[in-house]
This record gives sequence, structure tokens and C-alpha cells, in this order.
Amino acid sequence: MRRFGLIALVVALVVSACSTDTDTLTVYSGRSEDLIGPLIQQFEEESGIDVAVRYGGSTEIAATLLEEGDRSPADVVFTQDPASIGAVALEGMLDPLPIALLSRVPERFSDTDGRWVGVSGRARTIVYDTTLLTPADLPATEDGLIGSEWQGLVGIAPANGSFLAFVAAKILLDGEAATLAWLEGMAANGSPAYSNNSSIVSAVADGQLDSGLVNHYYLLRRLKEQPETSAANYFFPEPTAGSLVMPAGVGILSATNNREAAEAFVAFLLSERSQRYFASETFEYPLIPGVPANNALPPIGDVPTPEIDLSELATVLDRATDLVTQAGLL
Amino acid sequence: MTVQAPWGPEPAVKVVGATEAAPPQSRTGRKAPWWMWVAGVLIVLPLVLPLVFLFFRVLGASDAALDILFDLRTAELALRSTVLTVLVTATAVAVGVAAAWVISSTEVPGRKAWGVLVPLPLVIPSYVLALSFLAASGPRGTLATVTGWDVPVLDGLPGAWLALTLSTFPFVYLMVLAALRRLDPALEDAARGLGASRWRSFWTVTLPQLRPAIGAGALLAALYTLSDFGAVSLMRYAAFTTAIYAQYAGRIDRTPAAVLSVLLILIALVIIWAEQRTRGNAAYHTSRPARRRSRQRLSTGERIAALGFLVSVVTLGVVIPVVVLTTWAWRGARVGETVTIDWGAVGGSLVGSSLAAILAMAAAIPIVVLTVRYRGRASGWLERTVFVTFSLPHITVALAVVFFAVRYLGPLYQSLTLLVVVYASIFLAQATGATRASMLQVNPSVEEASRSLGRGPLQTLRSVTVPLIRPGLLAGGALVFLTTMKELPATLLLRPTGFDTLAVRIWSAANELFYARAAASALVLLGLSAIPLYFLVLSTKESSE
Repeated sequence: MRRFGLIALVVALVVSACSTDTDTLTVYSGRSEDLIGPLIQQFEEESGIDVAVRYGGSTEIAATLLEEGDRSPADVVFTQDPASIGAVALEGMLDPLPIALLSRVPERFSDTDGRWVGVSGRARTIVYDTTLLTPADLPATEDGLIGSEWQGLVGIAPANGSFLAFVAAKILLDGEAATLAWLEGMAANGSPAYSNNSSIVSAVADGQLDSGLVNHYYLLRRLKEQPETSAANYFFPEPTAGSLVMPAGVGILSATNNREAAEAFVAFLLSERSQRYFASETFEYPLIPGVPANNALPPIGDVPTPEIDLSELATVLDRATDLVTQAGLL
Repeated sequence: MTVQAPWGPEPAVKVVGATEAAPPQSRTGRKAPWWMWVAGVLIVLPLVLPLVFLFFRVLGASDAALDILFDLRTAELALRSTVLTVLVTATAVAVGVAAAWVISSTEVPGRKAWGVLVPLPLVIPSYVLALSFLAASGPRGTLATVTGWDVPVLDGLPGAWLALTLSTFPFVYLMVLAALRRLDPALEDAARGLGASRWRSFWTVTLPQLRPAIGAGALLAALYTLSDFGAVSLMRYAAFTTAIYAQYAGRIDRTPAAVLSVLLILIALVIIWAEQRTRGNAAYHTSRPARRRSRQRLSTGERIAALGFLVSVVTLGVVIPVVVLTTWAWRGARVGETVTIDWGAVGGSLVGSSLAAILAMAAAIPIVVLTVRYRGRASGWLERTVFVTFSLPHITVALAVVFFAVRYLGPLYQSLTLLVVVYASIFLAQATGATRASMLQVNPSVEEASRSLGRGPLQTLRSVTVPLIRPGLLAGGALVFLTTMKELPATLLLRPTGFDTLAVRIWSAANELFYARAAASALVLLGLSAIPLYFLVLSTKESSE
């Protein structure tokens, strides 16, 4: 019995080691299968191209690519936020995309050197408990949150990619000193730290927390499963880092030997059909003009967006983490 | 035979004649056969690579990256991780030993059912336990809704403590249960016959004999706590692992994460050293066939207390998570969410976990024989490496493997083979821990007899030692299987593209707040894992009766 088990093990391991396929398009996705699985399936059916997707957190995906270097089997990288794909681009691992693809999306949602293009947008918002707060109680920018009246009331996710991207944006807009002062203000206020956006939204919806800084769409998913939830999103009316619309980004690796299929995949993500999917299924903002957002959301044009070069986010990402650490939030 | 109390230098009981004077565990006269060393080194090699990788990262670090070593916050995180680990280990030992003793040695009603229900929390991923406590507590949680009470939210240190105690006490429970069932009752009977109370005989006779089992379980509990990310991050308890993840998430420079990981290794080494120190030289075997121990009668008060204890453990560790998960799945189904079972993920979980368990069992044999029979400096380091690997956050191990595999292993990179080897490496400590406890109860004179009757070392290993340590091996294999079923970070980074597991499905859905789908996968995971757990509990029974 033991011997049989060992033989079976060896056979299984040898067989598995021999099964590598070079024809398929390999996508490293920091966006989960629950979000984009159906899209991938549609693409496979329409194009006849086989797609193998590695799902993981955007951070893990970017870290994996950096460890793999130019030996990476990946053809395409698709991440939640501009900072992690920016890190891959900074390492020189991404080739510029064709103008035809880049031009489908407003310039401000893509890399200035065209190494990645924005696919769908998420706005930074405050999620708040509607039984405790009204929009009139909430400040015009994130700077209003460091007042003592917000002591312990605003949840943040200091180790989360979206929050760090927001801090990086704040560094670019307001400078390091002001950003550090803000972070220290949040720390002095005893702002509860959560592991990610979903935990904050759950905590607010479950009455464990008054409000929190998050991306806009988690609440909409919660409302879909539990419509009786007493929580709402508040969009900052002033264009600061707090009201940043951040795109999920996609790029093609320089080391790919499957460029044609990779470009077809990016084109598919930027098609009207995929963009409608993001609006209705993941509650994100579609980025190509003409596709409306979910009607529970303000139109993307109404969300005040600061003037910021998203490609630069990755360059200050380490500084953002330094400051968050220095403020004692990590 | 001299039995030493775990917390005092004084011999607690001397019973002459009940168990024969034990020869030393290490055979000073004989050296281990060369092929066993080769096997041991080959097994430990893949475990050493990530450690080597980390040390090189740290050696190449800039001064700025090394600053993190001297940061006050780093010291605070070390303290927070240590506090949590000590608390969790202490309660895991208390709960695990008490539950094992009540179930195996008393006439508490429904013993068989409790035997299977009590260790069930082991199969629930710690982040699922944490999520369900967060959903059950708080002003709008299940408990508050049902009772109308004002329930505070359970998070921070108490939350992490509770979730991790439930995740880890089964390690102690299973090891102690197996040891109790192999225990020679003669010592206990003698103590009782000499007039010792039940409590005194448990404390001074039974407990010291359980020391290897408690030590092995406690070590696994402590190192598991140290490496856990899911529960501490959801419970908002900042610790070393959350800091390491934060450094990976927030930086292109990966050195600070490596520096923190090396610090974590140092903490783990202290824990391992402490456990090895308290082991001493005591021997725990008997030359007589084990008799069945008589079960203690309980008074009505004691019976109520014992039942109350078991009910609370099962309520916290099984009932609450299952109720919360079922509510989520039901709520999702009600609003038209498709709640289905992903058979691909079921298959992936089963294949990956079974292969990992078989491999870890095979690898545990040489390691345990070397560390128990041929104790020495070299075998000590073999064992320490195994435990250190278990204490590392899986993302650290996995990223090191990515680095090596993509450069030097060619087609093995992102193969099931590599993933299974990594699973087995990360969880090998569970297999060696369980097997070691069994091995200590094997009298070396049985092996000596086989050798002097002309059998070679390999034949003796196969026909004498392995059958005798089978209960420990199987228990270890089952532990590896069950923890691999829950594994997430290494799976995400190293799985073959397209390979899916239930743990991945749960994480992916929960992360995006699709709780209904997450709950469906979690319930399937629970159901599937309960089956091997059932056999595990049965197998410890058979070995004694």
C-alpha cells in the first residue's frame, strides 16, 4: 500500500512536470477570478486563443514578476492599481502599447510612456454609517479628517495597495511634509487600521465603525448581497488625493513571444462589451468614453480628479511606505 | 524509571519495576548508516534554500533597509508577536490537554462524537475563523441580532488570541490524545494505589509522561501562530507577519521584508531552542504491551463541567463558523447569487494536499530516526531547519522559491511537483513532530533485537521501526493534509497556471466581498477535511485497542 502510494506520487509528479504549453496566452492577474473570470472565458470563446491566468493579489503578482525578471512566463500583467503595475514598468519589464489601444482611454488614466493602459476606474471615497452620519458632517477633503472630532472614527487600511497608492498621490500633490503631517494626524487620532478595503466596508456596514477611507465599489457589492445595509459612499467634492480615480492597469511584457494574442487581449478589455461588464458586474467605472457607469454612482466626469501623473505613483511608492511607517501606522 | 516533571528539575515520581530502566535514546555505540544522512540532507536541502536566499538579501541590503532593524516599531512588533504567541500557546496547551484527557480518560457522555468534533477547528482556515467571529460579534452581529444584547466587536488581541487558539489547540489535542492512548496505565494505577488523589496522579504521573506530546503540539502551535497572517490581519492585531506583508505590498525594494523575515527566524529559533531544552533526556517507552487504561468515573458536577467545557470549545470552533458561513451562503442564494461548488478547485485541493501528505510522511521517517536515535549536533540542526521553515510566513518562503526555481529549475517552475515539494517542506514539521512523539515511545531494544538477529539497518527500519511509528506517521500525514487544504500564499505564487484550490476560491471571493461564494467554498472545504480528520481520530484509537 505504501509502495503503491509512493509510485503513484512519483508518476503524478513526473507527469505534472512535463505539461507545459507555449501556445497559450499567460496572464498574471492581480484582479481576482471572481471579478474577471467571466471576461476571460468570453475572450477565449471569441478569439479562439487559450488563456491561462495566474490570479493573485496585485502585490504578490508584481513581486513575483520582479523575482522572475526576464525569465517570466507571463505575457500580460493586469493589476488592481497603477502603483504595482508601475513598479513592473519601472524595472523595464513592459513594452509600450500600440497607440491604437492607448488612444481608447483618456490619457490621464494611462502611463505617460504608454507601457500600461487603464482598464477600469475606482474612486477613493469615504464609506459611512448612515445611521450616525450625514454627508453634511463629512469634510470637503481628506485633510478635514485629522481634526479631533474624528478621533477613532475613520478606518484606514495602511498596508493596502490602494491606500498606499493614495498616499503616493498625496506626496506628489502636497509634498512629503504635508503627507507625513496628515498621516501623523490620522495616527494621533487613533484611526483604526484594517487589513483591506473589504474589512472596512464590512465593519462600517456591521456597525463596528463609523466611517472609513476605501474604494467606491466594495459597498455596492455588499448592498447587492444585503440590500438592507445602512451605509453609503461619500465622494470628496474637492480635487485632492482623497478623490483620486485610480485605474486598474494592463501591460504587455517585453519578454513575451505572444505579442499578437496579448494585444488582442488588451483590445478586448478595452472593448465596449468588456467595459459594460465592469460597469454592471464589478461596479467599477468604465474608462472608454460613451460607456456609462452604474447608475448608483455619480458620472466619472462629476468626480473631481486632481492633476496627477499616475506613472509617477510607483516612483514614490517606497517613500509612501516609509512615511506610513514613520507615522507609526504600519 | 525516572519521570521528570516538565517544569522542575526534581524527579517527580520514582517507580521501580513498573517500566524497565530505559536505555539512552541515542545509541552511542552505533553510527547512523550513511544513506540515512544522505536522505536527511536531501530532504532538508529545499528547506535551506529560502533561508540562504534571505540571508543573501539581507547581506546585500543598503543601510537604509537595515535601519528597520533598529527601529522602535520593529521592537514593538517583535513584542506583540511574542505576546500573542505565548498567550496562544498557553491556552492551546491547556485546552488541548484538557480536551484529550476528558475524552480519552473519563466517562464523559458522547465521547466518540466529541472525539471527532473537538479537533474540527483545525480544518477551518484561520482567516475564515476570524471573519466569522467578526460577523458574529459587534453591535449588528449575529449574536446581538439574536439576543438583543449590546455585544462589543471581538477584534485586536482578544480576537486574534481566540481565533488562533482554536486554530492551534488541535495540534496539542491530537498529539496528546495519541500519547494518552499508548500510555502504560501501570504507573498511574500504582500512584493511585499508593494513595495519590486523581488530580495529584494526573499532575505528577500522567502529565510528565505526556511531555513529548505536549512539547511537540505546543511547538507547532507556537510556530503556526508566529507565521499566521490571515487571523492577525483581519483581527487588526499588528504583528511581524502583517509588517512583512506590508513591506512586500508597499515597496519595490524587497530587502526590508527580508530583514524582518530574518528577525522572525531568530524568534522562531528561540522558541525551538526552548522546546529542545525542556525535552531533557527522559525516555518514555515501556517494554510491555500497553494495557487499556481504565476510564475515570465522574461525579455529576464533574460531568456537567466536562460537558460544558467540550460544548464551549465546539461552539466557538465549529458551530459559530458554520452558522455564519451558512447564513452567508443562504443570503446570497436568496438574492439570486449563483452559489455553486467549483469541482476543479475541489480536485486541486484534494490532489495537492494528498501528495503533500504522502511526501511529508516519507520525508519525516529519516529525519525522525536521525534526531531521536542518533541525537547530535548535526541531527539537531536538521530538525531546527524543519521547524524554522514552518515558522516563516509562506509568502517569504514562496518568493524565495520563485527566485530559485525560475532561474535554476526550468520546467519545474510553476509545476505541481514544485508546489507539492514546497507544501511538504513548509509543513514537514507537523509530520516530524507527530512522528517523533511516536518514536520516543518505541523501545530501542526492539530495534537492537532485530539488528542482532541479523537484519540490516534498512530492513529493521522497514519491518520494525516504521510499523511501530505508524500511528505517529499517519497523524502527521493527516495534519499535513489538513493544513495544506487551507494553505493560501504559497499556492497563489507557485501553483501551475490554471490550478485552483478551495482556499484560493475562498480568499478570492471574500477579498472582493462576495461572501456568499466564499461561504460555499468554505463549507465544502470543511466537509472534505472532516473526512480525513475522522479517520485520524479513529486511527489513534485503533493503535491502542
